Amino acid sequence: MTDWSTPRVSPVRLRPREVTVRERLLDRASPLRQLDWLLLLAVSALVIVGGLLIWSATRQRELALGADPQAFLKKHIINATIGLILGIAAALVDYRALRAYAPVVYIGSCLGLLAVLSPLGSTINGAHSWIVLPAGFQIQPSEFAKLAIVVGMAMLLGEKRDGESRPRDGDVLAVLGLCLVPMTLVMLQPDFGTTMVFIFVILGVLSVAGAPARWVVGLLVAGVVAGAFVAPHVLKSYQLDRFRVVANPTAQLGGAGYNVHQALIANGSGGLMGKGLFHGTQTQGRFIPEQQTDFVFTVAGEELGLIGASLIIVLLGVVLWRGLRIASQATDTFGQLVAAGVVSWFAFQSFVNIGMTLGIMPVTGLPLPFVSYGGSSMFANLMAIGLLQNVHLRSREL
Amino acid sequence: MSDPSRLRIVVLRVLVLSILLTLLGRLAYLQVADGPQFTKAAADNRVRKVITTAARGQVLDDKGRPLVRNRTALVVSVTRSVLRGQKKHGALELARLAKVIGIPASQIALLITPCGEKLTNGTKANKKTGCWNGSPYQPVPVKTYASDKPAEVKRVLAIEEHAEDFPGVRAQYQAVREYPGGSLAAHVLGYLGPLTPEDATKPEYKALAPDTEIGRAGVESVYDERLRGRDGVQRLQVDKDSAVTGTLSSTPARAGDNLVLSIDAGVQRVAEKALADGINLARTQFDKGRGKNYTANKGAAIVVEASTGRVVAMASYPSYDPVAFVGGISVPAYKALTTGPGQPLISNAVQGSYAPGSTFKIVSTAGAVAAGYPLSARVYPCPPEFKIGTSIKRNFEGESFGTLDFRETLIRSCDTVYYQLAVAEWSKDGATQNLKTAKQFFANEARRWGFGKQTGIDLPDERGGVITDRTSTYANWVKNKGEYCKGARTRTKGSFRQLFDQEKCTDGYRYNAGDAANFVIGQGDVLVTPLQLTMAYAALVNGGTLYKPQLAKGFLSADGTTESVLPPVKAATVPATQAVLDYIKSALVGVVSPPGTAQESFKGFPLSALPIGGKTGTADVNGVAPTSWFASFAPVQNSRFVTVVMVPEGGTGGTTAAPIVRKIWDGMYGLEGAKAVLAGGVLPATLPVVRADGTIAPPGTKVARRPRLVPASASPPSGTSALGPLSGLPWAVEPRRTRGTS
Repeated sequence: MTDWSTPRVSPVRLRPREVTVRERLLDRASPLRQLDWLLLLAVSALVIVGGLLIWSATRQRELALGADPQAFLKKHIINATIGLILGIAAALVDYRALRAYAPVVYIGSCLGLLAVLSPLGSTINGAHSWIVLPAGFQIQPSEFAKLAIVVGMAMLLGEKRDGESRPRDGDVLAVLGLCLVPMTLVMLQPDFGTTMVFIFVILGVLSVAGAPARWVVGLLVAGVVAGAFVAPHVLKSYQLDRFRVVANPTAQLGGAGYNVHQALIANGSGGLMGKGLFHGTQTQGRFIPEQQTDFVFTVAGEELGLIGASLIIVLLGVVLWRGLRIASQATDTFGQLVAAGVVSWFAFQSFVNIGMTLGIMPVTGLPLPFVSYGGSSMFANLMAIGLLQNVHLRSREL
Repeated sequence: MSDPSRLRIVVLRVLVLSILLTLLGRLAYLQVADGPQFTKAAADNRVRKVITTAARGQVLDDKGRPLVRNRTALVVSVTRSVLRGQKKHGALELARLAKVIGIPASQIALLITPCGEKLTNGTKANKKTGCWNGSPYQPVPVKTYASDKPAEVKRVLAIEEHAEDFPGVRAQYQAVREYPGGSLAAHVLGYLGPLTPEDATKPEYKALAPDTEIGRAGVESVYDERLRGRDGVQRLQVDKDSAVTGTLSSTPARAGDNLVLSIDAGVQRVAEKALADGINLARTQFDKGRGKNYTANKGAAIVVEASTGRVVAMASYPSYDPVAFVGGISVPAYKALTTGPGQPLISNAVQGSYAPGSTFKIVSTAGAVAAGYPLSARVYPCPPEFKIGTSIKRNFEGESFGTLDFRETLIRSCDTVYYQLAVAEWSKDGATQNLKTAKQFFANEARRWGFGKQTGIDLPDERGGVITDRTSTYANWVKNKGEYCKGARTRTKGSFRQLFDQEKCTDGYRYNAGDAANFVIGQGDVLVTPLQLTMAYAALVNGGTLYKPQLAKGFLSADGTTESVLPPVKAATVPATQAVLDYIKSALVGVVSPPGTAQESFKGFPLSALPIGGKTGTADVNGVAPTSWFASFAPVQNSRFVTVVMVPEGGTGGTTAAPIVRKIWDGMYGLEGAKAVLAGGVLPATLPVVRADGTIAPPGTKVARRPRLVPASASPPSGTSALGPLSGLPWAVEPRRTRGTS
C-alpha cells in the first residue's frame, strides 16, 4: 500500500535540468509516452465508427427535412472534441486534486439531477432527464452522475485508516448513503437504465474493494426482490412493456415491441457482410426510432454486418480489458476502484445497449458508450477514459 | 497492490468476458442463423406493391359488335376485419348500411362471413347461407348497382361522404362486365367470378391482385389470360411513414386483348329465338305416347361454317343473363341457375350428350359401305319389323317400303334396313363371343367421325359422348361387375333393379345383337353432343374434313396495332370416300321434300332460293318423349353452313327440330319474309378493326395505322373523383335524413 499522506512530486518538478519541449514530450517519463495508447486507440476507433453510423442513421431524415445531412456528424465531432479536452483535463489533473474535486463533482451532479426534476427539466422520450439550455444545447445530468458516484465511492473506500485493506460495514453504509441521493433522483425521472447502471457500478466497486460478501449478496438479493415486487408498482406501464417484449418479441409490434422488432430486422438482415454503409434499407428507410442514439448499434448490424458489428464489440472489449489492466496495476485503492467502477459502468451499459438491439435485454434509454450520439454521455465517457489514463499514469510513476 | 484485490478484479474480468461473448454469440446467431428470415422481413418492410388493374378485353362478334364490354358500376363493399373492430362487432354500422343499400343487416353479415366459419346457430357458413370465399381482410362486394339511377347513386355515395359513419364500407366505381345482348350467347360467353384462395395458390394466378375477377365459364374462362391482360405492378421502396423513397421496378399495365368470336350476333339471335319459339310450340303439342303435352324443357341449336369449323351460332335453351354474376351472384339466384328447370347454366350444345337417333345414319351408312355393302344397289328390304331373338324391333309407326337402296333408306329413315345389316355384321364379328378379330365396322366408323371423344372446342367442360361396342362393353363389365354382382345379392329378390343387376353380373360382358341393332340407328348406348353431330355433318358436306370447332376467330390488341387470326384446325379426315359422301349428301337433299321425313316441315320453303338438305332424328328415351333432332346443311352445292337443332322430350325430328332449323335458315338468308341477318350467307373475311379512339369498327373499315402506343393503363375512374359535382348537394351533408328516405 502506498502511504497517501506523503506528498507526491510531479516528474516535471523533479527534472534536474532545462530540457526542450520536444525532449519533454518524448521523454520516457513524459505523460505522452506513459499513456495507455491501446486504450486511446480503441476509444478513438469507437468514436470514429460512431460518427459514421450516426451519419448514416441521420442523413436521410435530415435530407427529408431539408436540413444539412451532415448535421449530426458535425455535432458528434464537436462533442468528441469537447469530450477529448475534458478527458485530457481528467487525465492530467493532479491526483490529489482529483480527490478534492470529487465532492464538487458529486454535489454538482446531484444539483443537476434536482434541476432536471424542477421546471428547468424537460422530457425527451418519456424520461424527464434533460436540462435544455439556450442555443439548442441539452444536458443530461445523469450521465455525469455516473462519473460522480464512481469517483465518490472510490474516495470513500480508498481512504482507509491504518493498514485496513477491506471496507467495514460503516464504509459500505457510507457508500450506499452516497449513492442513494443520485439514484433516487434518477429513479424519479424516471430513468430505469441509469439506475441499473448505478446498481451494477456499486456492486462492481464493492466487490473489487473487498466489501463483506454479505453486503454484495445482500444487495443483489435486495435488487432482485425490488425488481420483482417493487418495480411493477413503481415502473410506468411502458417500461414494463419493454420487459414483456424481451420475453415475447412478436407481441405488440405496433407498440412497445416496434423498436425491438425493427431493430432485430435491421441486425438480422445484415448478415455476414452487411448491406454496406448508407445502404441499409431499415436504416435509410428510418424504420428504427432513436437510431443515432440508443439504437446506433443496429446501423452497424445492418450496414456493416457481423464483421463490422463484431468489431465494435471487440473494440469495447479492448477498452474494458485495458480498464481492468489499469485496475489491477493501480498502485493505490482509489485508482483501482475508479478503474473498476469505470469498467463496471461501461461493461453493463454496453451489454444492456447492444443486448436490447439483439432482443435479449429490455429497452432502456442507455446509449452505447463512445458510439451513440449525445453530448453529455460523450463528455462523461471521455472524462472516464481520462480518469483511467490518470490512474494509469499514476501507477507508472512509482 | 495486494493479491486479494487482484483476485477480486479477476471476478470482474470473467464477468466482462462473459458479457462480451454473450453479445458476440447472440449477434452471430441473429445474423447468420436467423439472417434469411430477417432479410425477408426487411424486404417486406420497405417494399409496397401498387397494382394497376389492366382493362379486360371485350368479346366481339365477327362484325365487331360487342357481346361483352366493360363499364363502371357503383360497388358497395365491406371489409369485415374493420367492421368487426367496432363496438358490438359493428352491429350498429351494419344496420345503418342495411338501410342505405336495402339488404337486411343479417344478410350482409352472412355475405361477408368467410366460408367455413361457425355461425351463431352452430352451423358453418356455406354456399347456401351465403359466405365470402376470399380473404377476411379484403373488401367483400355486397351490392353492385347495375344501372345508374340518380337517386340511388346519391344515397349510396353518402357512404363515401360520411366515411366516419361507415367504417370499413366503401362505395366506389369499379369496372364491371356488361352484356349488351343480355342473355345473348350466354353459354358461349360465360361469366366472371372472384379469385378464390385456392385459385390464388395456382401458378397461373400468382401475379394477380386478390380482388381480381377471372373467367369462370365460356370463352371468358378459356381465354381468361389473354382477355385479362397484365396488371401493372409498381414495386415502391417506402420508409417507415410509407413515404415513397424510390421505385424498385415498374411494369405498366397492359390492357387485355379483344377477343373476336366467329359467332355472328345476328345469327345467334335468330337461332336463340327460333329455338325458344320452337320449344314453346312443342310444349303446346299433345304427346300421344305419354298422354300429355311435350315437356321440351331444353334444347340446343348450332350453326357452323362447314369449310372451317368456325361456330357462327351456338344457342342453348334455357339461357341466363350473365349480368347476374356481376358483383357476385346471390345464393338463391345461383341455385336457380344450377338446379332450376332445364339447368340454365349447362350448355346443352356441348355439356349434354343425347342419343342422336336417325341423324346418326349417315355414319351407319358410311360404316355399311366400309363393311362392303353397296350404296346404290336396290337390295335392302324395309319390312315393318325385325325380330332379334325374342324381341321385335319396329320401324317408326310400323312403316314398310319394300326393297330400297341407301338413298331411299335415308330419305325414309328405314330402321329395319340398318337392323339387318347390324345383326349380320354382329354375327360375323362372333355374335356374343368377344373375338379379337371382330371388325366392328359401325363403331369404328363412328369413332373416326369424331364421336366418343371431345371435339376440342374452345369451351370448358365439354362432354365426349359415348360409343359402345363389344370391346368397351367388356371393359365396362370388368370395371363394374363388382357393383352389379353386389346389387344382385343384396337388392330385394325379384325387384327390377335386382334382376337388372343379376343379368349385368352374369351376362354384362356380352355385346348382344340388340345392342348392335340399336347402335346403327343412334339409340341405346350411343350418346353424342349436338356439337359432335354438327361437326360430323360439316365433314359430310365439306369433303370429309373433321374440323376442330372454334369460337375464337382472332384477337385484336386494345390499341388496334396488332391482330392475330386463329386459322381453322383440321382434327381428322373421315374414312368415307368423296363418292360415298356425295351419295349420302344427295340423299339427304331428298329428305326435305316428298317423300322425305322432313317434307312437312319444309313445305313451301323456297328451295330454289336456298337449296338445302338434312336428316331428321327421333331418339327414343326410356320413359319420356323422344329427343327431336334435325341436322341440315345449306346450300347444297358448296355448302357453307351446317345447322343442327336438338330438343329433348320434344317429339319427332320432323315436327319440332326441323321447323326450328327452317326458321334459322329463313333468318340467316332473309327468306319467307324474314330480314336477312347474313345476306347471301357471307361471313366477314377479316377481323373487325380498332379505331384511333379505341372503339371497334366493322371488318374492312379503313383506319389510319397509328404508331404503336405505350399500352394504356385502363383503370376505372376512382369513385369519388368522378362524382365531384355531387358532393355539394344538400343530401350529402345530412346523412341521417338520407337514411330515413331509404
